[in-house]
Amino acid sequence: MSYIISLTLTLFAFWLLLSGLFTPFLIGSGLCSALAAVFVARRMDVVDRESHPIHLGARVLAYWPWLFKEIVKSAWDVSRIIVNPRLPISPTLIRVKTTQKTAVGVVTYANSITLTPGTISVDVKQGEILVHALTCEGAAGLQSGEMDRRVTRFEGAD
Amino acid sequence: MFTAAAAGLLVALVLALVRAFLGPTVFDRAQAANTIGTVAVLLLAVLGFLTGRPDFLDLAIVYGLLNVIGTIAVLKYFQYGDLGEPGDTEIGQGK
Amino acid sequence: MTAIVDIASWACLVCGGIFCVIGTLGLVRMPDFFTRMHAASVTDTLGAGLILAGLVMQAGFTLIAVKLLIIGLLILFTSPTATHALAKAAFVRGVKPVLAANRSESSNP
Repeated sequence: MSYIISLTLTLFAFWLLLSGLFTPFLIGSGLCSALAAVFVARRMDVVDRESHPIHLGARVLAYWPWLFKEIVKSAWDVSRIIVNPRLPISPTLIRVKTTQKTAVGVVTYANSITLTPGTISVDVKQGEILVHALTCEGAAGLQSGEMDRRVTRFEGAD
Repeated sequence: MFTAAAAGLLVALVLALVRAFLGPTVFDRAQAANTIGTVAVLLLAVLGFLTGRPDFLDLAIVYGLLNVIGTIAVLKYFQYGDLGEPGDTEIGQGK
Repeated sequence: MTAIVDIASWACLVCGGIFCVIGTLGLVRMPDFFTRMHAASVTDTLGAGLILAGLVMQAGFTLIAVKLLIIGLLILFTSPTATHALAKAAFVRGVKPVLAANRSESSNP
């Protein structure tokens, strides 16, 4: 039930954001649209903790700054490689183990790997991810497992 | 200064187009199309500020949504040969 | 105060433009499909992020800034999804990544 309420509020806020006009008619039709969308989503059975993970809430604030820092760092490294005339790449394929318990956790980990320039998750299986890395150093950095630990902490123990 | 950013984005657009023309495989072209989509979203946002008409941001949001849906539809077609037969490969439910 | 924000946002815009060009330059220069995707993700993350940050600073605390943040979130969530879909589709269809160290036996599964 809380997922339905939060989805309705999110959709309504999105409507207000996009319209930017606050006449009674537009607010009313926005509310109707949000309710209709939630009704359809409910019939499709996609309103659950997996599609709408509000329980992650506050832990996002601890994880995202670290992720942004990693993205900037590795994007800078990849940019230096690209503008280097000799193009010093050493592409590698590695398998990394995942320690997350839920599907949301594994997806967060795989997406974080892909979002960081220099590493791409190619294939996701139970318990491991096949990663293509641009350089050996990037692959080694991933295998040290700091991102894995942080995602597991982000996922929480519920 | 918005002009400088717009010019940079246009150069990026041309380079991505070069890859779309050269691309040996269809996946290279799909990658180039995806990058062109991202650059187009940014260009729309910058143009909105350049011309003083922030309405362009709504177009940018819609274009971003269409871009990712289009890319995934094309990829699904080339991976499976259709657009979503039930029983495609699923990753583990992780329960 | 306004001048400082202006200078910061200009720097963000120009750097963002430069990173977008670098990313697509890599898209042209890199030798094979999988390495090209790494280059494209520079455009998707740092280029887009810096340009949007610059625009947010220009917009100030308005509805426009919130819309820009929504665009940023959209790119942040969709770009890894599209990249992973590309990588997996190419891998399943048998595009073989060129590896630096075929000599280091176990790297090729």
